[in-house]
Amino acid sequence: MTERPREDGPPRRSEPEAARVGIRKTWKLFVGGAFVRGESGRYRPLGGGETCPLASRKDLRDAVRAAAEASARWSRTSALLRGQILYRLAEVLEARRAELSAQLAAGGAPAPPRELDLAIDRVVSFAGWADKLSLLASTVNPVAGPYLSVSQPEPIGVVGLVAPGRPALLGLVGTLCPLIAAGNVAVVVAGEPDPRTALAFAECVATSDVPPGVVQVLTGDRAELVPVLARHLGVRGLDVWDASEADARELEQLAADGMKRVAFRSWAVSAFEDARRASSPAMLERFVETKTLWHPLGA
Amino acid sequence: MLKLIEGGGASQDRRSGERRLEFGDRWPYEPSPEAIDRAGLRDRWDAFIDGRFVPPAEGGYAADLCPATAEPFAAVAESTAADVDSAVAAARRAFEGAWGRLAPLERGKHLFRLARAVQERARELAVLETLDSGKPIQASRDFDLPLVASHLFHHAGWADKLEWAFHGRTPRPLGVAAQVMPWNFPLLMAAWKIAPALACGNTVVLKPAETTPLSALRLAEIASEVGFPPGVVNVVPGGPSVGAALVTHRGVDQVAFTGSTEVGKVIRRAVAGSGKRLLLELGGPSAHLVFADAPLDQAVEGVIAGAFFHQGQVCCAGARLLVEESVHDVFVAKLRDRMETLRVGDPLDKNTDLGPVGSAAQLARVRELVASAEAEGAARYSVARELPARGWYVAPTLFTGVALAHRIAREEIFGPVLAVLTFRTDTEAVRKANATSSGLAAGVWTSHPGRLLELARGLEAGVVWANSYHRFDPTSPFGGCKESGLGREGGRQGLAAYVRLEEDA
Amino acid sequence: MSAADAAGAAARGLLPPLGASPPVERVAAEERAAALGRRSLKRAAKVAGLRLAVRCMDLTTLEGADTPARVAALCRKAIAPGGAASDVPSVAAVCVYPSLVGAARRALAGSAVRVASVAAGFPSGLTPLATRVDEARRAVDAGADEIDMVIDRGAFLAGEQERVGDEIELVKEACGAARLKVILETGELGTFSNVRRASDVALHAGADFLKTSTGKIQPAATPGVSLVLLEAIRDFYFRTGRRVGMKPAGGIRTARQALHHLVLVKETLGDAWLDPELYRLGASTLLDDVLLQLEKERTGAYGSLEYLPAD
Repeated sequence: MTERPREDGPPRRSEPEAARVGIRKTWKLFVGGAFVRGESGRYRPLGGGETCPLASRKDLRDAVRAAAEASARWSRTSALLRGQILYRLAEVLEARRAELSAQLAAGGAPAPPRELDLAIDRVVSFAGWADKLSLLASTVNPVAGPYLSVSQPEPIGVVGLVAPGRPALLGLVGTLCPLIAAGNVAVVVAGEPDPRTALAFAECVATSDVPPGVVQVLTGDRAELVPVLARHLGVRGLDVWDASEADARELEQLAADGMKRVAFRSWAVSAFEDARRASSPAMLERFVETKTLWHPLGA
Repeated sequence: MLKLIEGGGASQDRRSGERRLEFGDRWPYEPSPEAIDRAGLRDRWDAFIDGRFVPPAEGGYAADLCPATAEPFAAVAESTAADVDSAVAAARRAFEGAWGRLAPLERGKHLFRLARAVQERARELAVLETLDSGKPIQASRDFDLPLVASHLFHHAGWADKLEWAFHGRTPRPLGVAAQVMPWNFPLLMAAWKIAPALACGNTVVLKPAETTPLSALRLAEIASEVGFPPGVVNVVPGGPSVGAALVTHRGVDQVAFTGSTEVGKVIRRAVAGSGKRLLLELGGPSAHLVFADAPLDQAVEGVIAGAFFHQGQVCCAGARLLVEESVHDVFVAKLRDRMETLRVGDPLDKNTDLGPVGSAAQLARVRELVASAEAEGAARYSVARELPARGWYVAPTLFTGVALAHRIAREEIFGPVLAVLTFRTDTEAVRKANATSSGLAAGVWTSHPGRLLELARGLEAGVVWANSYHRFDPTSPFGGCKESGLGREGGRQGLAAYVRLEEDA
Repeated sequence: MSAADAAGAAARGLLPPLGASPPVERVAAEERAAALGRRSLKRAAKVAGLRLAVRCMDLTTLEGADTPARVAALCRKAIAPGGAASDVPSVAAVCVYPSLVGAARRALAGSAVRVASVAAGFPSGLTPLATRVDEARRAVDAGADEIDMVIDRGAFLAGEQERVGDEIELVKEACGAARLKVILETGELGTFSNVRRASDVALHAGADFLKTSTGKIQPAATPGVSLVLLEAIRDFYFRTGRRVGMKPAGGIRTARQALHHLVLVKETLGDAWLDPELYRLGASTLLDDVLLQLEKERTGAYGSLEYLPAD
């Protein structure tokens, strides 16, 4: 059976009666701002003759390295600029609605246009958070002595994001944007049900102003990749969505060695759609670290 | 005419055989021991469960040794899993009963009372702490006890204000908190754990360190005396097996631990997947940076305090000194002079600066690390001082010529030993300071504000003390990044470890 | 070059020994000084400390109403503070205005107690330089063994540190064999870093003692500021080999404060400075409290001022 081309998306497969042979996209991993083939050459069929790479341990290692290289600069990029860069990402997403919508539909999303609306609005919301978290979470501590004591949140660095499976796009932006808005860099393991939407999103990231290395997107076998991420000493945080209880226990144990910051969450789709909850400051606070500075008063 | 030539400064300081300071006996201080008659001592200490002392269900009693004499001075119950069961059950009953039903302000009033009672009994608690831990009485009296009281007082006031602390999210208590204590600040760490736990509406089962159980037991007794409902604060003394039974107990909702990174990892693995909230304050050698433009004489004090306060047995001890190469020699000379004035001896003597280390095992470990540093080629300088014949004493020691690869630069020493390294530039200083898996605290001495703030940003540490060291306050969050722990204690940020917020569900 | 030569050269300005003075972190200095105030001094240590305080005392009277008779009485007390029958040692010096140097000299004849005089425009230090130098010379001529001069704080704060140093050198020259104590009047210097800088200026200009205050300005000899002076003296000693003395003065009224100051010097400069040749406590009312405390240690009972010699 052949698929019919849809109005809002690229053709999946050339029609036998059409004169022209369509161009099929080779999906690649997004690492260090570049699209790269999987190191191991393994892939997973996506239907329609398309495939996505199965990232290997070495791909993951490269992704963490790229993220670490981008980390120092991104964490020192002004919060205002981080916000503007995220807003720019929203602009790019808005401009590529047609393609994202088609990928969402192909990936089985029930209401692609509505998910897109929510996803793009979520990016805008986190763009606004970038320069406000510190305002909420910082304190001047009234210590009993002649000292100034101030505490403020700082990004922790490389965070592994094991993205929620559903909703594919809203879940991804709703968990990735708070990480990078707070100044972290991310290595994303895309949700398994719809990796293609994650890679299409990566193309939006690549054409936005997000600097190379701030976001990597890997597709592949979660069970294979996530334990490697959990044990990687260069990864400071691990944000795992939809882990089974057994997996969570194992990952938590693996994360003990670098004393990784870890979160395990599993939300219904409706929770991601609830903007008050899903764009609350709690989303940003998970992977920041309070630093306290003391200085004496007087000369 | 007098010429004022800029540059050089303290680095022109030259020392030689005939230019020495003598810190001798021209005006000796007499021994000035604190009296122990009102220390609340008893011969036998049981677990404190459900508002009273309870003999161990199965175990016997172990001798509690005094670090200053290495001799037993009390018998302490060796709790077992059975005692942990009753303590957790008592804490659960209190959580679901008398304590849980209290209005938040009433809960706070209990804590205020406890804070006051501790202030009133500060002297006896300080003596008890010194006898049990070997901590000099001047530290127990002037550092630990005031902070214990202020932590209780500060958190008492939070009890009825929690809903304002989390940006519109509603906090709920977690339930029963299992709290495992270190032996270096037995009472202070108990207060750091108990105060926020109770203020947030939880109840507590606390396991003091095996070698220093007394002050926490006494604190629980005082809480009971001032009217806390039974079961709110329970204390089960014992060794690692009791700690393991406690943190893995199914009736426990939160686990807080202060201690070694190694044990912290074990605990984390043990509670993985249990849904228990985890708060870890671990260790790691903290870096102390001294720049050439620093107020050097005060930096000396900071470095001395950082390295030798409580014999260096402090999780955030500044055991790795990074000093700018151009002032290395003069700074080390000043440090050595200052070390000569450190008074090592009976911790009960009010003039003692350094007491013994906490246990025979600790003494062995410090000696082993010192030997390793000598074997690795670092140059040792120890204060030539006759140490008391009995007790676990170590002379204050400094190593120069230390490389990052040396064990004393990488491992937590937990003894009065300072490793001195050098750097040339700010970048190198930060790189060397961060070259460790831990990240609890750091000290920076400079008189350039811009440099300081840039360094503070670059240092991977939960706390940065600028032109100061070892500052603590209940309003100021304390805790480490990297392998130095999870979470913060103190301040608004410290409350998070003891509440469940709506998005956690 | 020997230590003595170096010191001499420094005093003559031939060496450029004064680099940038280190900055001082006030809070940390005050904390260290306060911590030393918590030393516990009991029994023999307390008695020895109090007797040392007496031996190091510059018993001072700087009142407009001072008369030769009043000074003579003070001198009798200086020689035998606890009365003739007591074993309390003599003080180090009696400190008076220049006009009373002669009276003090006569009253102290035959004793080891020195005559010190505030001179050089005390307490403002703002009279013409020639007048100040002349006043110091006259005080020495009248029999003063020691001169206490105050620096020109205005000049220091205006950045004219070399002038301050030059003036000290000139007064020092006028003192001849008499020893010069240079008062920094720390309460007017604003910051601890300034105090350190002024200390270094005075040390390099040839001061024999650094002295904190005139007693006319508050704050005066706080433990923190005293510690800064002691540290400057220590660093100068290591740089030049020359031991300069220390004199906290102003506001030291109780035995407890005096012991605190002695602990500061003991644990900063060490044993060599626990001696009236290198350490003085400037005070007018301190002696009475020290005597009371010594009596208490001797008899075990708390005393009262009425039982002390009334001078």
